[in-house]
Amino acid sequence: MSVPVDTERTVHLTVNGVPREATVPVRRLLSDALRHDLGLTGTHVGCEHGVCGACTVLVDGEPVRSCLVLAVQVDGAAVTTVEGLARDDGRGGQVLHPVQEAFRECHALQCGFCTPGFLMTIAAGLEARDAAEEISEEEVDDLVGGNLCRCTGYANIKKAVRHAAASMAVPAGTVAGPPAVPAESAADGGPR
Amino acid sequence: MTTKLFGEPVRRREDARLITGKGRYLDDIGAGALAAAFVRSPHAHASITDVDVDAALDVEGLVAIYTYEDLTGPLAEPLPVLIPHPQLTAPRTGYPLANGEVNHVGEPVVMVVATDRYVAEDAAERIAVTYEELPVIVGVDAAREARACVHEEIPDNVAARHHQETGDVEPALAASPHTLSFTQYVERSASMPLEGKGVHARWDADDRSLRVHTSTQASTSVRAAIAAKLQLPLDQVEVVAPDVGGGFGVKIVHPWPEELLVPMAAIALGREVKWTEDRREHFISSAHERQQRQEVSVGFDDDGRITALDVHVWHDNGAYTPYGIIVPIVTATQLVGPYVIPVYRVVVESVYTNTVIVTPYRGAGRPQGCFAMERTMDRIADVLGLDRAVVRERNLIQPSQFPYDHHLTFQDGRPVIYDSGDYPALLGKLKALVGWDGIEALRDDADARGKLLGVGMALYVEGTGPGPYEGGHVQVLGSGKVLVSTGLTTQGQGHETSFAQIVASELGVPIEDVEVTTGDTRRFPYAVGTFASRAAVMSGNAIALAARGVREKALRIAADVLEADPGDLEISDGVVQVRGTPGASIPLRTVAVLSNPLRYAFDEAAKQATQFARAGSDDKPPVAEGDAPGLEHRDYYSPIRSTFASGAHAAVVEIDPQTWEIDVVNYAVVHDCGNVVNPMIVEGQVHGGVAQGVGGALYERMAYDADGQLQNASFMDFLMPYASEVPDIVIDHQQTPSPLNPLGIKGAGEAGVIPGSAALASAIEDAVGRRITSMPISPTELYDLMRSETAERTAASGRRTGVGA
Amino acid sequence: MKPAPFRYADPRSVPEALEVLAAEEGAKVLAGGQSLLPLLSMRLAAPATLVDLNRVPGLDTVEVNGDGVRVGALVRHAGLLAHEGAARVQPLLARATANVAHPAIRNRGTTVGSIAHADPAGEMTSVLALTGGSVTVAALSGEREVDWQDLFVGPLETSLLGAAVVTAAFFPALPPRSGTAFAEVARRKGDYAVCGAGVVVTLDEDRRVATVRASYISVGLTPEVHDLTDAVAGSPVEKADWAAAGALARTLVEPDGDLHASADYRRLLVGVLTERTLAEAAEEAAGEFE
Repeated sequence: MSVPVDTERTVHLTVNGVPREATVPVRRLLSDALRHDLGLTGTHVGCEHGVCGACTVLVDGEPVRSCLVLAVQVDGAAVTTVEGLARDDGRGGQVLHPVQEAFRECHALQCGFCTPGFLMTIAAGLEARDAAEEISEEEVDDLVGGNLCRCTGYANIKKAVRHAAASMAVPAGTVAGPPAVPAESAADGGPR
Repeated sequence: MTTKLFGEPVRRREDARLITGKGRYLDDIGAGALAAAFVRSPHAHASITDVDVDAALDVEGLVAIYTYEDLTGPLAEPLPVLIPHPQLTAPRTGYPLANGEVNHVGEPVVMVVATDRYVAEDAAERIAVTYEELPVIVGVDAAREARACVHEEIPDNVAARHHQETGDVEPALAASPHTLSFTQYVERSASMPLEGKGVHARWDADDRSLRVHTSTQASTSVRAAIAAKLQLPLDQVEVVAPDVGGGFGVKIVHPWPEELLVPMAAIALGREVKWTEDRREHFISSAHERQQRQEVSVGFDDDGRITALDVHVWHDNGAYTPYGIIVPIVTATQLVGPYVIPVYRVVVESVYTNTVIVTPYRGAGRPQGCFAMERTMDRIADVLGLDRAVVRERNLIQPSQFPYDHHLTFQDGRPVIYDSGDYPALLGKLKALVGWDGIEALRDDADARGKLLGVGMALYVEGTGPGPYEGGHVQVLGSGKVLVSTGLTTQGQGHETSFAQIVASELGVPIEDVEVTTGDTRRFPYAVGTFASRAAVMSGNAIALAARGVREKALRIAADVLEADPGDLEISDGVVQVRGTPGASIPLRTVAVLSNPLRYAFDEAAKQATQFARAGSDDKPPVAEGDAPGLEHRDYYSPIRSTFASGAHAAVVEIDPQTWEIDVVNYAVVHDCGNVVNPMIVEGQVHGGVAQGVGGALYERMAYDADGQLQNASFMDFLMPYASEVPDIVIDHQQTPSPLNPLGIKGAGEAGVIPGSAALASAIEDAVGRRITSMPISPTELYDLMRSETAERTAASGRRTGVGA
Repeated sequence: MKPAPFRYADPRSVPEALEVLAAEEGAKVLAGGQSLLPLLSMRLAAPATLVDLNRVPGLDTVEVNGDGVRVGALVRHAGLLAHEGAARVQPLLARATANVAHPAIRNRGTTVGSIAHADPAGEMTSVLALTGGSVTVAALSGEREVDWQDLFVGPLETSLLGAAVVTAAFFPALPPRSGTAFAEVARRKGDYAVCGAGVVVTLDEDRRVATVRASYISVGLTPEVHDLTDAVAGSPVEKADWAAAGALARTLVEPDGDLHASADYRRLLVGVLTERTLAEAAEEAAGEFE
């Protein structure tokens, strides 16, 4: 037959900007390939039937449930996971994405297990919109509406979306920067 | 400068790793470990007549298969009854792998170990277990009727009959001006953390030591269980709770079968073995909670003051009772809430059913108790035609009555004596926050929009921070780092931050220098666990005491060096200094170096310390009697009894009278957990609790059919709220510090969930004028209620026009 | 929850796909996979071979003309939702698609895939029926158009047998002087509907109700279209008794009960949603005259 029918494939991906490959059984879910074949355990698996959204990653820039895609299906694609959300600052450190900053600032996570899925979904959503427009409550609801969180009751996640949207409204490189952090939060614990 | 960090909304230190994908949850550990999967019972009640593994043997990648026959020694015995109680007269527990009988769908029968989870599931699928089905009991009513029994030797299905009374209730009821009696139900839900359970075990054959990571709320207890069941010396077993993706109670149970079986396999195979629970497994084999039938009789006077209360509860404990009767006791004792109940009798019969075990889920029996008490208040108000808030107000314990003794015995065996609180103030704040007195205008406004509006409230008192103890260890290193550890675990509460705030405040060091470790038996071997809203109260105070011990020692050493009186010294920003004498100071890190007479100059800190070092006296040992090298201290906090937090919630609902959809349009919370370490974290706990309360009231239930099959074992059909289902919450705070502990704090973890069902039932009832006697309630059920001939109409609806007609 | 073993092919053309489907026993087509993957992971489905269409060029287009909208097999829900031309010619497409799950699912799931999945709880099956649409089926014997009535056989079951690929779905354009509306009641936003309704109201040249049709979600085993014209025929649009149409609808449907809704409750919702959507659709139709 002309069309190959396989039980195993070598998959080539660009993950967080880095070319990667893995030889996997064709039944391997993308979520498992990222976590177990490529060692990127930041993507979490909460239900494996596409409802909770914890495993959301970006495939060619769009949020997708990685438990509802086979690894072989994304051969050749660019995948972004939570590990790739912050960008290098060129000095060996990282600059957090505004959504990551906002999650910390607004206490939008508790156990942190669902967080990567929220971050990826929200980051993609905010980047796809006109940052200069003030975000509406409807937009906020849409951005957080498809992911489950059992800890936070979502209030602070919504707050973080507004906070991130506001900070993204300020063009990069301007002096003003994102909205000033309230004085009460100045006592930041700092990185671990 | 050192900020006084206690009480500040310090941003969480754990977030830096969790928002960048660098968290380390159970399944992130042990790349390359073998994977375990389980064959679980498809039947709710059956004898096992045969287990045939032949078809699985040729699965490529299969490593091992274990059945009950492979268990030896204590592992072949039933799992422990963790918390025995004299009234738990017929305790039963399962085996790590079923021994000839299964009592619920999901009970583990066979463990398969293979090269990865896919292959393990392939092998498990091929194992043929032959069952002979037995009669099935589902739900409290079937258990009470006892036409069949779950355990052969327990024909009435009653595991325990818990009974407390504070007086002679029958004459008190008979003498009451009014009485009423009613029956109501609460349905099952579950903790449902986003991360399921999981266990990873590594056996070091050379060292003969076992390291186990498990997604638990009690690592020290898991360690003890593994040592006992696998017959290993305790010192050869280490248990670590890594980052845990939520617990809410289900991970306090220990040992789960997998916590024994995975280490067993790791030792037998000499390989790392991991089991990561999948969502379906979590639904059918991890614990649930909440189902009760409640029969309430109450006596009251013309003003609505309660004269006597008699409550009989049937509590569904599922197939086994590994966690004893903690949930029944909590319901029985917390039911009384913030009220004076002159005579109270409660009986909780804990009954077996062929369903998943019932152990604490956030709230742990309190939501049910609150539901019984608060719905009683609503009914009294309805009968007397009084405002529901007024009836509550008249029954409240007054601030002058503390400490208030209910003459009941709590889950920790200690008396239920409320330590502090101000319930009238709570109620006042709640009424203001929700606009209680302006509700009729809102009702009219909703009516004009074609909606039925209702408001409800519920108050609670929550015993938090039960003993027996927790410990803390604080150590200052020569680098200036302050290492803090406590044995209890963390599953999202932000302990790395709040405990660091306590240490930074007590010790006078920058929080950046403080590193907190929880739930690692290598660092702190004694602990009880994270449950019952106890972590901040117990470990918080233990860590504060440990920090005070370090401070005392640091001041003693520094006083010696600075030739000052310890009382004249202060520590600020990591430097000990003579108050009011600039320059007379020594860094705490240097004190740490000086605290150890053996200090090879490995680093600058040790070199610098030599300038302060003075020759010891020839007639004294380098380490004085009663002293110890190092700047560290270990201390324990053991409370005399629990401390009692309190709160009040109100909900406003709007109901579409055509579709019977229920919309929570306002949710108000007033919360009192004493002194607060980090208000941002406490508020987050309240938000999350309320979401679970709303979920439990309007969306979540474990839908078992009569055969004991869980019909909704997926996130598609078990309706955990998304953001779209959780109302906006307004919160007001009150602080009545606890006089029982050094920091004056009370627990906050569970509070948010407790009054949800009670407040929402009250609000829905207020909107539709029909008595709500069972929660949760969905639109389809509300529709049934509204067209039922027999549904009771509230008296209040009769007094209003346009409702309940 | 891991899929059982299967074989996998990702052909580069429809004939290639058909070739694999014919050669491999127990083969199944994979497009968006948002319904299929959960079934695989729960091992409720275990096809021997998956034939992935995602690398077949040309299937990801939406063609719009005066007759209607042809949606290729690889058009994602999100793509159709954002397609202004499609929404103009047949507004039900976007209105219904907005109710499909959540954005991350819509980014991957396909309109045609959800039709081929034939889930009575799916929005697009119902819209195909309501608009009188059809699907294009490629088989070894050639290509044919299958009307919706001939497609749906039962829940999760179509009439397509053997090696066949649904390459497109065609949704006829909304007739003139017509309005549409779509509404759902779901337990949680984004869930499969407890009940949903899509309606088309067409007026005559005197602004009187000419035809009224409705189709429901999660009601019945396969999509059905109910003609409700009798209840309101000839009424001036402003005076039409939509409640009567709702009442008629309630007598026509045969819903089942499940965990989330009793049959009676679904019937109630059919009436309510019919009345509400018809009022909305009628207003839109009347707007054509402005």
